[in-house]
Amino acid sequence: MQELINRAKELLADGTVARVLGWKAGDLPYNPEPAYFETEESLKDFVYNGFCGANLSKYMIEASKLEGKTMVCLKPCDTYSFNQLIKEHRVDRDKAYIVGVGCKGKLDIEKIKKQGIKGIQSIQGAEITDDAETLTIQTIYGEKTCAYKDGMLERCHVCKGKEHQIYDEIIGESKDTKDADRFDEVRRIEAMRPEEKFAFFQSELSKCIRCNACRNVCPACSCRKCVFDSNKFDSSQKANVDSFEEKMFHIIRAFHVAGRCTDCGECSRVCPQGIPLHLFNRKFIKDIDELYGEYQAGEDTDSKGPLTNFTFDDAEPSIVTERG
Amino acid sequence: MYKIAKENLSALFQSIAENQELYLPVEVSGQVNYKAWTPDAKVSLETLKTVKSPKDAFFPQSENLYTVQRDGKKLSIQPEALKEQKFVVFGMKACDIQGVKVLDNVFLSDPVDSFYAARREHGTIVAMACHEPEESCFCKVFGIDCAEPAADVATWMVDGELYWKALTDKGEALTKAVESLLTEADGTDAEKLETEKTAIRAIVEKLPYSDLSLEGWNGDALTEKFNSPVWEELYKPCLACGTCTFVCPTCQCYDIKDYDTGHGVKRYRCWDSCMYSDFTMMAHGNNRTSQLQRFRQRFMHKLVYYPANNNGMYSCVGCGRCVEKCPASLNIVKVIKAFEKQGGDK
Amino acid sequence: MSIEAKEEFRPKIVAFCCNWCSYAGADLAGSSRLSYPADVKIIRVPCSCRVNPMFILRAFEKGADGVIMCGCHPGDCHYSTGNYYARRRMTLLFSMLDYIGVENGRTRVEWVSAAEGVKFSTTMNEFVEKIYSLGKNVRLEDIRCRN
Repeated sequence: MQELINRAKELLADGTVARVLGWKAGDLPYNPEPAYFETEESLKDFVYNGFCGANLSKYMIEASKLEGKTMVCLKPCDTYSFNQLIKEHRVDRDKAYIVGVGCKGKLDIEKIKKQGIKGIQSIQGAEITDDAETLTIQTIYGEKTCAYKDGMLERCHVCKGKEHQIYDEIIGESKDTKDADRFDEVRRIEAMRPEEKFAFFQSELSKCIRCNACRNVCPACSCRKCVFDSNKFDSSQKANVDSFEEKMFHIIRAFHVAGRCTDCGECSRVCPQGIPLHLFNRKFIKDIDELYGEYQAGEDTDSKGPLTNFTFDDAEPSIVTERG
Repeated sequence: MYKIAKENLSALFQSIAENQELYLPVEVSGQVNYKAWTPDAKVSLETLKTVKSPKDAFFPQSENLYTVQRDGKKLSIQPEALKEQKFVVFGMKACDIQGVKVLDNVFLSDPVDSFYAARREHGTIVAMACHEPEESCFCKVFGIDCAEPAADVATWMVDGELYWKALTDKGEALTKAVESLLTEADGTDAEKLETEKTAIRAIVEKLPYSDLSLEGWNGDALTEKFNSPVWEELYKPCLACGTCTFVCPTCQCYDIKDYDTGHGVKRYRCWDSCMYSDFTMMAHGNNRTSQLQRFRQRFMHKLVYYPANNNGMYSCVGCGRCVEKCPASLNIVKVIKAFEKQGGDK
Repeated sequence: MSIEAKEEFRPKIVAFCCNWCSYAGADLAGSSRLSYPADVKIIRVPCSCRVNPMFILRAFEKGADGVIMCGCHPGDCHYSTGNYYARRRMTLLFSMLDYIGVENGRTRVEWVSAAEGVKFSTTMNEFVEKIYSLGKNVRLEDIRCRN
């Protein structure tokens, strides 16, 4: 972390960048917030640890409109989003100085709390330099421990890899955290009977409160005006009055990012109701991979996306019924 | 005071639910929210904070106001019936109860909101003390005692037993209805209860936010707080989602919308969020055009505008849901602290 | 509404037909006096590519029991490539509907040229038959739109 701060100070001092986009220490051990730092002095609050899960590529859309360059700290998975945003002309590569930061898997405070850990006062082992396999957590109700792996975000268990896709320099080591296949859960659902599938999604989606956190945090959701906010169209219903609307919102949102979604997992991370929203995106990714060839959004900045492309002998929609 | 063993609680719920609706914390797909009780519901009274606050019971996220039916050239308007059945909300915490009082000031003052008033009239609140408060709690800052929740009935869970104390007429009536399941508590029970209360209060003292100072936050601080440069930094990570407003027990803003059913219109109201770009959209456009303004609105409303209109009562109750749920880790505590810091620098 | 109509299930079917081929195909079916059920309501679109996934969901929301999209045969699009894009979109959408547990067969895509009046009529007959067998759409309807 110190290395990052030192580098940020240098870049600010020599005028390479006008600001640094990173994370600011929170007032609890687990709530750092994304923040801009414009002076050396302000960098004293800079922090980078296991709880810095936010994908800062989203913030670069706004930062690209500011005067001067922004030094942005991107984790390997964030760089996919950044590439994708370049492709969509939503960020300006020339306005960004990308520091690829090392990542050893990001933590999910909800998962830690699910293990009955509450009244948290401090957490040791979440620092990026820590090699500890366990987190030691001091709580009002005594000391607790939690394996780092058990506290990790779902997306880190299916990590796309520790390579940064785009960067100006790299600071820090990354670790392999992948220990599951990202399509396992999708396959499990595909194997269900229609009634079971329906019951599963009904139960998950009925929790949706339409707070739009999934949409607003999504780097691919960068429309100036979302169709669900448009007052010219009666789909902007603000609340789920009926079970249909939850499905409509989530299917359309997933569809709109299909082929552009890098599977960064932010939607599932931020959902206050813990809805596994990645299951929608991964279904599209899986279908695209199977039907139109393997495709990873954000691997490059110039390939054609699968939904803005075609071949003459693509599968017919009836394949859905035929494959059973 | 009465008591009932924890294992008999499902019988108690069944007995209450026989005559009226019963809402209590129920787990669905891994998340606990207030839901109607059913025999196979996964009740979770241990959950300190449900994701959404129980304000839904009185002020639902969306509710129909009236329906317009079209039949040929004739239009008929059918207003939605007001709540007429009694219901019980079981397990509300002290902060959420204070949240209802905040809503009361808004909806029960002139002009009275008849939908809300009907629900308040028919609802009985069974409060529950917080056994193990968490680090995101700061109800003490607002003068709330989570060891002594005050509603129609107050309950405490101590050592596998639920202590039950009716505090109002509604509470007495409910107690009478389920009396056969309750046993009279004795002197040792009263002692146990006092020990529990002391223990809860001791934990509250240790919580990191309990010493938060609200100095300077009141109706008189309007101009000074409104024009402060602190907001310019604070709002930046805000994603403009509505999580904080929708999990909040006191946020009371709503929108009224029409739904075209193809053969008529349903007019309904639903929660709105001041974080949204179309909040208070009018014919001339929007009066808050930047996220800074929208972000400022939320906290100014909670800590300045509302107290100014309600004898100094804050419309934050320190439940800490926004602390836990904000995707960008922003929250009202950070806002209060940021102003404190700025004051110190001067 | 008559008692008879209440008892019998009459499916509501929405057919999105492209202006250049399928709509003309429907026209031909009509002028050739080929019959297809009146339950099919045709919506003319400039190209099958105009059909947004939201159109399909909205049709279901408002009470459709089945939705079919017809366009020019691949290779014959009036705008050269529109239906190729539509094909990918519909494949993914149908797969998603299947994934969330909507009965297979409530949605269909068929390529019908302006000369294929017979195909239009048989396709619609088949599709209506299929929806009859599936029954009323309850998984994707908005209950507020019920009569």
